[in-house]
Amino acid sequence: MNIFDILGPVMVGPSSSHTAGAVRIGYVTRTLLGEKPVKADIALSGSFAATGSGHGTDRALIAGLLGMKPDDIRIPDSFQEAEHEGLAFSFRNVRIPEAHPNTALLKVEGEGGRKAEVQASSLGGGRIMINKLDGTEVHCSGACPTLIIRNQDSPGVVSEVTSILSWKRVNIATLQLYRDRRGGSAVMVIETDQPVQKETVSMLEHLEGIERIMYIRCGMTPASIGGE
Amino acid sequence: MSYSSLEEIVQRCTREQIPFWKAVLLSDMEDRDAGEKESVAAMEQLWKAMQEAAASYDERRQSKSGLAGGMGGQMQMYLEKGGTLSGSFMSRVIAEALKMGESNACMQRIVAAPTAGACGVLPAVLIPLKEAEEIPADRMIEAMYTAAGIGQVIASRAFIAGAAGGCQAEIGSASAMAAGALVSVRGGSPEQIVHAAAMALKNLLGLVCDPVAGLVEVPCIKRNVIGAVNAVSCADMALAGITSRIPPDQVIDAMKEVGESMHISLKETGEGGVANTPEAEKIRKKLTMI
Ligand code: SF4
Repeated sequence: MNIFDILGPVMVGPSSSHTAGAVRIGYVTRTLLGEKPVKADIALSGSFAATGSGHGTDRALIAGLLGMKPDDIRIPDSFQEAEHEGLAFSFRNVRIPEAHPNTALLKVEGEGGRKAEVQASSLGGGRIMINKLDGTEVHCSGACPTLIIRNQDSPGVVSEVTSILSWKRVNIATLQLYRDRRGGSAVMVIETDQPVQKETVSMLEHLEGIERIMYIRCGMTPASIGGE
Repeated sequence: MSYSSLEEIVQRCTREQIPFWKAVLLSDMEDRDAGEKESVAAMEQLWKAMQEAAASYDERRQSKSGLAGGMGGQMQMYLEKGGTLSGSFMSRVIAEALKMGESNACMQRIVAAPTAGACGVLPAVLIPLKEAEEIPADRMIEAMYTAAGIGQVIASRAFIAGAAGGCQAEIGSASAMAAGALVSVRGGSPEQIVHAAAMALKNLLGLVCDPVAGLVEVPCIKRNVIGAVNAVSCADMALAGITSRIPPDQVIDAMKEVGESMHISLKETGEGGVANTPEAEKIRKKLTMI
């Protein structure tokens, strides 16, 4: 843990897990969607459901969906901002068995008709974990640049992706593979040491067997650990 | 490599003939592969954000639950009249702690130190001191490094989250960081810094985390006051030459042991302590109705 995990982050209160982490979940969901969201159906589970409103978790999630970062002073007024931006949203409480106590499930639709379903939890200190993406289980924190690639589960796809990355001098920090069933659709989560350039992403997109690529840039200071 | 004990920092200071804050700065540069300028600039940003947060306090703000707001203003008014029991500096410390805690509850921008719940402790001691004595900015940045170094060791040996170790881990750690920071501003030795931290942490050992209705408001805001006031008294003791009879790292380990044996109802679940009083229950019921 470095010293800026101890002092910092600069954030809008009151709680690094219930507020700052929630903003990040919203922000990452927007990135994963890849366009401006116009509709969001948000389900809160566990402590997010129990004390979320008092901690501003609902406003924080919407703020993130609108592209705000955890230190944005407009977070408390995000509901009004959403109206301006044409984002319709709804909240409900759910029980997601075996999920982390601070978990949200966001179903979002973008202005161009894209859809995404993200289940993520806030681990404390503003750190988050994406647990599920469009129904497929994944594990990714979004703390470093991350490529999330949905591809056909066929031979050679993984090695083609990794060789393009190494050719573009992007070092892979971690690589995870998930799939629903053999030969079906699979998900690659690749965390990298260097940011991935736009043209590299579009090269990857043109590979055979790639269905969709989402990229999370390391745009947010890795928030600190810590309490609330 | 970051430090895993306060002893290690003190030893490096002696070996390399450098002040405490410098040892923390050097390890940050090694840790993150960062240049001195880059590290210092980041720290200056935090110090600036802290002062801005303090300056932007507005006593008219209320938290959404209605439990927090206005106390900082009340304290300020009372101290401006003069004749407070705790004297003018300590009264300012109390007012600052309340203000920052309330700003946090009211969804304002703050600097977590080490957490959002405890964000009032460090600025509550540093800002009034800077105002009272016109201390140069560099000294304050050094104090921030000192605080961060202490917090880092506590985080690596024990914990700094209420959910993990109770409020002693949060307000206790913040108080230890603030005590060390004060000694640093006054030019105390590395030993005095770690002993101030040890005494501050020791004094808050066993403090439970019991937020009413699960919100970071009651008792959290006023806990920032005890963290800050305790830091001032421990810094003064250390500067007077008083030491912690138990070595600082062992105090941190004791905090860990106490935190681990603390019942789960007293670790941010909002089920024990003042959160489990009839009044708290009434508040919780009322809030779930809105
Ligand atoms: S009581 Fe708990 S939530 Fe409140 S400041 Fe202490 S550790 Fe944080």
